[in-house]
Amino acid sequence: MLSLEAQTTLGGFELDAALEAAAGECLALAGPSGAGKTSILRIVAGLHRPDRGRVSCDGELWLDTNAGTDVPPEQRRVGYVFQDYALFPHLSAWRNVAYALPRESRRERALELLDRLKIADRADARPHELSGGERQRVALARALAARPRALLLDEPLSALDARTRAHAGRELATALREADVPALLVTHDFAEASLLGDRVAVVDRGRIVQHGTAAELAATPGSAFVADFTGAVVLSGDAHPAEGLTRIALDGGGSIASTDTAAGRVAASVHPWDIAIAPPGDPAPGSAQNHLHAEVVSITAIGNRVRLGLDAGQPLAAEVTDAAIRDLGLKRGSRVTATWKASATRLVAL
Amino acid sequence: MRPFTALLAVALTVALLFLVIPVAAIFANTAPSDLIHSLGDASARDALRLSLETSLIALAVIVLVGTPTAYLLATRRFRGRSVAITLIELPLVLPPAVAGIALLASLGPQGIFGGHGPQLVLTTAGVVVALTFVSAPFYIRQAQESFAAVDPRLMEASRTLGAGEARTFWQVAVPVARAGLLAGGALALGRALGEFGATLMFAGSFRGVTQTVPLAIYERFATDFTGALALSAVLVAISGALLASVKLAGRRAFA
Repeated sequence: MLSLEAQTTLGGFELDAALEAAAGECLALAGPSGAGKTSILRIVAGLHRPDRGRVSCDGELWLDTNAGTDVPPEQRRVGYVFQDYALFPHLSAWRNVAYALPRESRRERALELLDRLKIADRADARPHELSGGERQRVALARALAARPRALLLDEPLSALDARTRAHAGRELATALREADVPALLVTHDFAEASLLGDRVAVVDRGRIVQHGTAAELAATPGSAFVADFTGAVVLSGDAHPAEGLTRIALDGGGSIASTDTAAGRVAASVHPWDIAIAPPGDPAPGSAQNHLHAEVVSITAIGNRVRLGLDAGQPLAAEVTDAAIRDLGLKRGSRVTATWKASATRLVAL
Repeated sequence: MRPFTALLAVALTVALLFLVIPVAAIFANTAPSDLIHSLGDASARDALRLSLETSLIALAVIVLVGTPTAYLLATRRFRGRSVAITLIELPLVLPPAVAGIALLASLGPQGIFGGHGPQLVLTTAGVVVALTFVSAPFYIRQAQESFAAVDPRLMEASRTLGAGEARTFWQVAVPVARAGLLAGGALALGRALGEFGATLMFAGSFRGVTQTVPLAIYERFATDFTGALALSAVLVAISGALLASVKLAGRRAFA
């Protein structure tokens, strides 16, 4: 069990965070850059001393500013995968891994780790000769080498190209399970957080604004910020109860319904993949309650789906298939009706 | 060629000619056999041996004390840091005669530390002191820049991997900064080999004891111009080799 609570001043704002991660559990710290995520890792590693705080791991006290305890980083034994990996440029891959190992049989053990991460054939290469994906694996092997008590990973996949990332992500998930220690993973990408984190803590301006499983966060965002961060579309308006539902008069015109209850100023969020697109005019009869007239402002392919940027008085986004684009003959400037269910609409008071 | 480009090319040509011709003249004025013959002279050999010995000892002292100094200045922030940096750089801009007077005023027989400790004036040890004084800033400045250029995350990575500050210094900071450290060492050595004014004032010019090559050149240029040329040629060769090794060390630094 790794637990941390810390308060410290970072450029421009106050970091105030408390978190726990159990052995074998990966807690993803997700949020925009500059939110203080990396500072949390640095406090755990002993590289940054907060103004006030307490860090302990497996019952061992690493930092207690009240008691004056501050165990130096070299005695904490955390495995830290730095952003861009920070491999030693003057050492070969295996010597990077062996850096944390005792002198005897260090080469065998380093090669064994590199072999487990399927990169033993690059053991003698220098970091600048390795690809991004290879560097990531060497950095992970180095962090795992000395059997760390906790793992800290700072944007471990963001330096990789899209093709390498999915594969590296699966390997990383496996390695995290096998290591069986508490892990903290920093990412600005909600998809990465949901892939690798057993739980996700959303960090904004030095605070953990919400935490839970990725599914919980996406389904019940506690704030417009979290809704936006999880990829949902956020619409603002004024809510009032109507016919057993909540009716929201949207800023910029139009109104929608939600099964959530709220009154006053609200942020309504809906996932782009829950929005259906139909030709303009009277909506086809169906169970969906919400219909907004909109104009297509952008069409972006994302893999096998297409994200439509819409202007419905407020910006809106829908995800549909290629076939739907063809069948409806959609192009920029097309008028459409966006339709979704009141039960897919989450409300958060503003 | 555009007029402006032509202007730049002219400037380069003038600069090259002005800087290269005098050095080339050292070799052009004398036959190689004369040069080699002059080096057979005992006093020339004494000067060369003394120059190399004192410069290398000075370099060893500078590296020993200057490397940790530079590392401290590069990696820690503390009150008085910029004052310390400025004071260390001061000898860079000090005229050599002033350096000589400064050494006499502090370590000379009438100096503030005079009479205490070993006698330095007019001794080989005095030469080493003078060389160290004028050359140390060249090394410390370069070493400080090289340490400052090491990505701090490399040193943090080393710490999280179980290495204390001392092991991080030896196994990460020094190897990663080594090209810059070598360059700084070469610069300091070059400066020490060429030192003239401070050495003359503080240690004098006694053959075999304090007469380094620059002092020997000065002593004989009126009476034995060929001999002065020969010694100069040797210094040019050593300095050129030093400069080339600095360039090579810089180029071979890893990506």
